[in-house]
Amino acid sequence: MTDAAGEEANERVREQIGAIYRSDSRRVLATLIRLLGDFDRAEEATHDAFTAALDTWPVDGVPENPRAWLVSTGRFKAIDRLRRGARFDAALASLAEQLEGSVAPTIAVEDEGVDDDRLRLIFTCCHPALSADARIALTLREVCGLATEQIARAFLTSAPTLAQRVVRAKGKIREARIPYQVPSLTELPDRLDAVLHVIYLVFNEGYSASGGESLTRPDLSAEAIRLGRLLTELLPEPEAIGLLALMLLHDARRAARTSRDGEIVLLDAQDRTLWNREQIDEGLELIERALSLRRFGPYTLQAAIAAVHAEAHESSATDWRQIAGLYDVLMRVDPSPVVELNRAAAVAMRDGPEAGLTLIDAIFARGELAEYHFAYSARADLCRRLGRTTEAVAAYERAAALTNQAPERRFIERRLAELRAAPS
Amino acid sequence: MKYLCLIYEDESALKGMTREQGQAIMADYFAFTEGIKKSGHYVGGEALKPTPTASTVRVRQGKVSTTDGPFAETKEQLGGFYLIEAKDLNDAIQVAARIPGAKTGSIEVRPVEVFG
Repeated sequence: MTDAAGEEANERVREQIGAIYRSDSRRVLATLIRLLGDFDRAEEATHDAFTAALDTWPVDGVPENPRAWLVSTGRFKAIDRLRRGARFDAALASLAEQLEGSVAPTIAVEDEGVDDDRLRLIFTCCHPALSADARIALTLREVCGLATEQIARAFLTSAPTLAQRVVRAKGKIREARIPYQVPSLTELPDRLDAVLHVIYLVFNEGYSASGGESLTRPDLSAEAIRLGRLLTELLPEPEAIGLLALMLLHDARRAARTSRDGEIVLLDAQDRTLWNREQIDEGLELIERALSLRRFGPYTLQAAIAAVHAEAHESSATDWRQIAGLYDVLMRVDPSPVVELNRAAAVAMRDGPEAGLTLIDAIFARGELAEYHFAYSARADLCRRLGRTTEAVAAYERAAALTNQAPERRFIERRLAELRAAPS
Repeated sequence: MKYLCLIYEDESALKGMTREQGQAIMADYFAFTEGIKKSGHYVGGEALKPTPTASTVRVRQGKVSTTDGPFAETKEQLGGFYLIEAKDLNDAIQVAARIPGAKTGSIEVRPVEVFG
């Protein structure tokens, strides 16, 4: 073989390793965490395994089962590291021995249980004994494989702060001995809620950023949808399916939600031909599936509401009666002031702005949503439609003061300018 | 691994109970303790006298100062504890959830440090 041909072959192997890294590095990590019993050690071992692949595969060829090769190489490298460390720390020597003896090498190279390892990883990263912030950071870092800098940027925080959060979470997993396991059936409902909530929060931050220069962060929505797909594949529970449907239906509108210059376009003004039909169809199918499993809950109901919107080819064709009805059910299943606010907006569309305004003011009267900018925007919009300009201006001003997101603030300011220009 | 389960409850609510209510709670605790002895989780446990009996001691610059009352005034007070042996945090959480006080108060679950 000529040098040039050899170099070309090497390049092909390196590309192949890159592809395997993207598709399988999280699987390898998940299994190594189980085998080594430690997140940091497993991360190091995963890194070592891929480095070894870059060294040896161009020479020896790509092994028949690359993932099994990576797992067993990672495990040997970890034991090797412990041995080297053992010269300074006797405890590491016994740990190395224990690891070597505990697992027959054949177990490590089997493919069975790999899906279980990924589920274990998800449930451990989303353990309710970790803080909500830590769960999100850990899940994006370990399950999705995002870099610390990427996660920090997405959540508008500094990389050191985020890294600290991950370190603390791993410390708690180790010190409090949070087990690496899929919860038992009795624990499952509670624990699944925690996982779904993490995915939902990641999606929401992507769908409507809590701050910054743009309305959406498509990278985060995409990560959340990927997580949702993984979870429904591994554990097809109705609410997991419902959440995936909800995310797909909301995300399907992304292209229509902002104008070319990044300004917000509200649902009733969106160009519905820009909606992603393929995603909508998939979402509708998933809802059918979730509903047929009967034990559905709030995520499936919210997805059903999104589906009613998706099925209307123009804004005026929206079935508000059905949407308001679904919000009634949602209020019974999972009552919260935010659901109540959304229900009020739907009632306003069904019965007129006056009826919606009464419901929103009842929420404010209880002292709830006082810091929630969407509540003031909703009130302002209804007052605007009723011609109550002074009240509308006051509510928009409050909403503008409460939002941290630039496009949102510009949207409110445009509305304010229109109201102030109108003859009163 | 050992975990300490600290039982926090509103003392004033306990004080306002009838004799029968108090006895019912005691019976729940006896049954729970028996249960975790059988399952092998039990290491130890005690109920504490109410916080007015508490004293807090500090030594600053070699000088002992004693103050009346618990370390922190909180809405719920430390009223007792169990020391349990559990496989991992999930196991410990399952035991803690069965402590009768979990229904009305809160249980703090703390892993016990092992030295050496």
